[in-house]
Amino acid sequence: MALLEIRGVSKSFGGVAANVEISFEVEAGEILGLIGPNGAGKTSLFNAISGEVTPDAGEILLDGQRISGLGPVACAERGIARTFQVVRSFDSMTVLENVMVGAFARTARPPAAMRAAQETLEFCGLAARADRPAWSLSPPEKRRLEMARALATQPRIMLLDEMLTGLTPTEAQGGVELVRAVQRRGITVIMVEHVMEVVLPLVSRAVVLNLGRVLTIGLPSEIVRNPEVIRAYLGDRYAAD
Amino acid sequence: MENFITRRRRRELLVAAGLLVFAIVAPMAVKDVTALNVIILSLLFAGLAQAWNIIGGYCGQISLGHAVYFGMGSYVSTLLYVQAGLPPSAGIFIGGAVGGLAALLVGWPCFRLSGHYYAIATVVVGEIGYLLFLNWDYVGGATGVYIPIAKPSLINLQFGKDKLPYLYLTLAFVAATWLAAWLIEGSRWGYAWRAVKDDVVAARSLGVNIFASKMAASAISGFFTGLGGAIYGLYVGYIDPDSVMAGHFSILIALPAVLGGVGTLWGPILGAALLIPLKELSSSYLGGSGRGVDLMLYGAMIIIVALARPQGLVSLFGRRKHGAP
Repeated sequence: MALLEIRGVSKSFGGVAANVEISFEVEAGEILGLIGPNGAGKTSLFNAISGEVTPDAGEILLDGQRISGLGPVACAERGIARTFQVVRSFDSMTVLENVMVGAFARTARPPAAMRAAQETLEFCGLAARADRPAWSLSPPEKRRLEMARALATQPRIMLLDEMLTGLTPTEAQGGVELVRAVQRRGITVIMVEHVMEVVLPLVSRAVVLNLGRVLTIGLPSEIVRNPEVIRAYLGDRYAAD
Repeated sequence: MENFITRRRRRELLVAAGLLVFAIVAPMAVKDVTALNVIILSLLFAGLAQAWNIIGGYCGQISLGHAVYFGMGSYVSTLLYVQAGLPPSAGIFIGGAVGGLAALLVGWPCFRLSGHYYAIATVVVGEIGYLLFLNWDYVGGATGVYIPIAKPSLINLQFGKDKLPYLYLTLAFVAATWLAAWLIEGSRWGYAWRAVKDDVVAARSLGVNIFASKMAASAISGFFTGLGGAIYGLYVGYIDPDSVMAGHFSILIALPAVLGGVGTLWGPILGAALLIPLKELSSSYLGGSGRGVDLMLYGAMIIIVALARPQGLVSLFGRRKHGAP
């Protein structure tokens, strides 16, 4: 049985169909890419998986149990963690305190949360910044902070929303290594990106969304040659017949 | 584990202990009744502002209806004494508990709103509470309730003409609210509440229950506000809706925290130490016609602080430099 099953999920906002009957499965331990042009419905689907929105139709199952409609708190408890496309750090707190908020999802004891948060910061390469205020971090550091905060909740599935977008090639390379390290911890990763050349070498499979629907699912090597994908990204002129 | 946070917390506790010793010893030298009165009121409002800070500062929910919890506390404690003979030493805690319950009742509908809308709803709740007590005969309506003078004793929390015991009572109140805030800062709740203040969406993605956090913060804040109201009622010896439930109390409770620095341990105390003496001086120099002048002074101070030091006066001391720029 797959770890996460998306079954016929649809969600509309007013007249805009963000997700239309989306179905796919995520295997434990893989890195799954969720790609597609702007407005394809990637972030909407993330919001549904993390419980932030309830799908209008369809359901999402974690380990065979329905999690759609339970809300973000229950989803976090069951092991779904996420980062945000627009960084949402807790700016009145230090970096360590930010991560402790996540660590408190698994323990009520402050010393244990502090220890867990410190370990997570070391894992993410932010230990030297632990006592700095969160607002003072650079944009790539803030993305790492979000990652650390989410990791501190000890998730089974990590949803990364454009974690590598807007970074310089060196910073992006650092991010790629961090994602691999997360996977080695046994955490399943689903990542939204629209920079294909960054994401395709990293993922085991990719789901391509376009206009709210699943365009295709496959190995990275298949995806880049798929004429429909090329058409969605670049237009008809570039699609090979 | 030894790190920045544990060191900071230990330092805060040491400073507080030092200040407490000073605050116990120093007033013994003060003989002037007016000065004692100003100190007592400053301490009382420092504690009230700290209580407000728990929901308004740490959890970021700006309540402008705290006069209701304040008034409830003083009415419940006073009426239990007058009608049922329950000694105020127990009554003030029941007053506090009712304040906390009232905060939960107000929070239930109002926390469905957020930001400015929540603040506006609490203003309305404050007005409703005031009007209810003004027109409710059982609680004395507009005439109010006198607290009968009893033999000076700790049980009755009455001390005749001696003001020093009241000073220590209000000092204990400040110490209790400060300690509560300090404990909250270091606990899971404190982290959750600050996360709620900073970013609701991120907080709930990390498993923080937003509604429960706001309700818990509100209940604790309401408890201490009610406790302070009960102590205030005892101190002044007479309560009516205008003296304990009027809307300006809500402002007076929130202002020291805003001026001193919201979401900080020392902000409410620092703010009250400046504001309350200023208010008492302006009203004693200007007499009855001075009513309103103190509010103008507050307004001016808030504007200056908001322009020059948005994080509050406490940021002048350099500690906790972090916080939004």
